[in-house]
Amino acid sequence: MTIVAAVRPDSWDFPLLVHVLGAMILVGGLLAGASSLAYARGDVKYLRLGYWSLLAVALPGWLVMRIGAEWIASREGWNHEGVPTPTWLNIGFILADVGGLILLVSLIAGGIGVRRLRAGQGATLLRTTLVLSVVLLGAYVVAIWAMAGKPS
Amino acid sequence: MSFVDWALAVHVLSAFAYVAGLVLFWVLIVAVRRVDTPEETLRMEPIVKVGNVAVGLGAVGTIVIGIYLAFAVDSYAIWDGWIIAALVLWAVSGALGQRTGAAYMEGMNKAKEPDAAGKTGPDQELLALNRTQTGVILHALTSLAVLLILIDMIFKPGA
Repeated sequence: MTIVAAVRPDSWDFPLLVHVLGAMILVGGLLAGASSLAYARGDVKYLRLGYWSLLAVALPGWLVMRIGAEWIASREGWNHEGVPTPTWLNIGFILADVGGLILLVSLIAGGIGVRRLRAGQGATLLRTTLVLSVVLLGAYVVAIWAMAGKPS
Repeated sequence: MSFVDWALAVHVLSAFAYVAGLVLFWVLIVAVRRVDTPEETLRMEPIVKVGNVAVGLGAVGTIVIGIYLAFAVDSYAIWDGWIIAALVLWAVSGALGQRTGAAYMEGMNKAKEPDAAGKTGPDQELLALNRTQTGVILHALTSLAVLLILIDMIFKPGA
């Protein structure tokens, strides 16, 4: 952030704050969700806690992050037609969008999994949700590294 | 990527770990309000450990690499107002976080007593400890301090 700010106009600050705060909430929701699902050991209450962490924390975080991303990109002029985008931004956009899709799939799987739990069936789908959230956490670590380190 | 770029990336990753840990604790704070048995309280322990590791790595990573960056980047100095503000807020958030942990550990420690004696039923005293208002207020203040650090880092007032 130190170096970025040296060349960043003040008007970019608030959109960047929205983007970063959303991303932090997203990662926090994923961490909480993955941890609860991983340590639930079949306990329905913790399996549900894991699912709801993803739904009520990670998903809103993703939305705020993505809105902030579009906002700051428009301020910086990256989404104008014909403007070439740097590698770090492409990595960020790809991981954000593909990650959003994976999050959606994991939420659908988890939602069905929670319904199956109510019916007294197994937690296989919630285990799928766990695996997907761990994959997402890894992907977002790469995204954060790319956005912060800005490799060329 | 230069060494400073790498340091910056790890600094930001540390900040994410710190906030992710705080978010995880918010989830647990909400969840533990309905927990009145020792067994369920103790079941949270490994999740708490994940949060502790995230906050610990985040806190150390942000401060160590943050101070390094303040010296390594020519345009900033350690005595800049916004950097001093961040250091003060970091210390405040750390102190508040420790008190938050202590407030919630009362419930965890209480849960270990009857559990060891084989009593696993609902316990109103345990529920009251798990619903600690002091803990909620302290965690809200910790989160506020960290939010202020983030605002300070992005807006860099006076820089």
